[in-house]
Amino acid sequence: MIKFENVTKAYPDGTVAVDGLNLEAPTGKLTILVGPSGCGKTTSLRMINRLIEPTSGTIYLDDQPTSGMDAALLRRRIGYVIQHAGLFPHKTIVDNVSTMPVLLGESRQKARTKALELMERVGLPASFAKRYPWQLSGGQQQRVGVARALASDPAFMLMDEPFSAVDPVVRAQLQEEFLRLQREIGKTIIMVTHDIDEALKLGDQVAVMRVGGKLAQMATPSELLTSPADEFVADFVGRDRGYRSLGFTKTAGAVSIGEESVVQLGASAEEARAKASGAWVLVVDGGRKPLGWTQPELLNGEVKRENLNLSGIPAAASGTMRQLLDAALSSPSRRGVVVNEHGELIGTVTATDVVKAIEAEPHLETAR
Amino acid sequence: MNFEWLGRQSDNIVFLLGWHVLLAVTPLILGLLIALPLGWWAHRSRRIYPLLVGVAGLLYTVPSLALFVLLPLVLGTKILDPLNIVAALTVYTVALLVRVVADALDSVPEDTVQAAKAMGYRGYQSLLKVELPVGVPVICAGLRVAAVSNVSLVSVAALLGIPQLGSLFTQGFQLRFYTPIIAGIVLCVVLAMILDGLIILLNRWLTPWTPKVVAS
Repeated sequence: MIKFENVTKAYPDGTVAVDGLNLEAPTGKLTILVGPSGCGKTTSLRMINRLIEPTSGTIYLDDQPTSGMDAALLRRRIGYVIQHAGLFPHKTIVDNVSTMPVLLGESRQKARTKALELMERVGLPASFAKRYPWQLSGGQQQRVGVARALASDPAFMLMDEPFSAVDPVVRAQLQEEFLRLQREIGKTIIMVTHDIDEALKLGDQVAVMRVGGKLAQMATPSELLTSPADEFVADFVGRDRGYRSLGFTKTAGAVSIGEESVVQLGASAEEARAKASGAWVLVVDGGRKPLGWTQPELLNGEVKRENLNLSGIPAAASGTMRQLLDAALSSPSRRGVVVNEHGELIGTVTATDVVKAIEAEPHLETAR
Repeated sequence: MNFEWLGRQSDNIVFLLGWHVLLAVTPLILGLLIALPLGWWAHRSRRIYPLLVGVAGLLYTVPSLALFVLLPLVLGTKILDPLNIVAALTVYTVALLVRVVADALDSVPEDTVQAAKAMGYRGYQSLLKVELPVGVPVICAGLRVAAVSNVSLVSVAALLGIPQLGSLFTQGFQLRFYTPIIAGIVLCVVLAMILDGLIILLNRWLTPWTPKVVAS
């Protein structure tokens, strides 16, 4: 657990970066500090490992005040990931990852063996071990940054805009992988970001800060969307809150999934016409994996790949209401394709089915 | 060009070359050792930087011959003592390298220094294991300038009668005989090129991590 108790950072010129911050980041959870620039979120983060010293107040690491600790020893207990990875340009990737264990007195050989395991864990091929940072892309460097922070198996991790310096595709990928990793390792993490979508996607709880270094609201992502504390938070969380909050509601059998008759690739136009419901029929491959929709009326000859409309986005039955609704809305037939964990067709849902389930969902009404 | 004379004088020329190397390289090493802490100081303090770099620049403008003559008064050495040359060239090397070391440390990316600190490196560990190693290319670039400059400055000491390749110039002028002058120039150029090459090799050996681009 990391706890802020009345922590203030004021500079000699009078600017107050952080103002009386009280905050608790529970053990094993990912807490996100989010807010506009100048809200003191990075300052708050850097006060935890004392890269910045608080003016007043106390920060506790598992109930021990950090102020009495040796700063270097404190920092060695905490993994740290920064925006541009901040790798050591003169060390190979494997030695970059080994940095913390070696600093803590482990033998280089042992540290390297462990580093190789960690590299694999964050999705870096072993062939990268002997390379130098400049030979890696930004996204790969960031993976090394994460591996390096994890190398000494610290109980705590601080992450300062770890995914914001890479392009959106790589960012989404890194976020997914990081979530998966965190589910396995369960570190106590505080992450800073300016991107509310990232905060809502990754955080177990999200602390929204306002300019002047004050905490505006601390809540779970779904609470932030459904019951923002004030206008500032509502504004910062942004538009489409109702729709986005569906992203936190599991479908979990609440929506009735209808049967869908299908044809395989290569089926005749007559068969397609017979199976179609309305103007569209769903086409699957031999393993019942949905490929796309086609209009039998427009077919001449058999069903071929170029006849397929690919606009529909299949949703997993285990997914969220948002994914299910989007599956229905994005489908040309307005019937959303639902698949199981192997990507095989279960059936289809309509937007009406999903909305009915949402209206019957008690959570949205009870949450204030 | 009188090759017969060269043959006869080869022992003496090798002797002069040896002294030349000693007088040029010793100050290079001493100067670097002194410039490292001074450069670090200049890098650490924004107020000290202009002062140190300014004084270093001033020192570099003092004519070498004047320094060779003045140093015995300051050090209490004899005017013919080779130590004067070593001291004077050390001053020049320091003057050149203080700024180089400060700039080398400045050249280390801020992210890298921050990461070292955040991972729990203490100040001296970060300096020795991260900042200096990463600053090596800049320091080596400065060393190359200092090495070549030392090789040429040493020859001025011939005017004081201290033996090194410059002695071939004075000898040649006095005898109106060009062979020793040409031999001296060629050896100075070759020596400068060899030192330069050695520093390039040293840089490559210390920085296997830099992108492989052709160094000029």
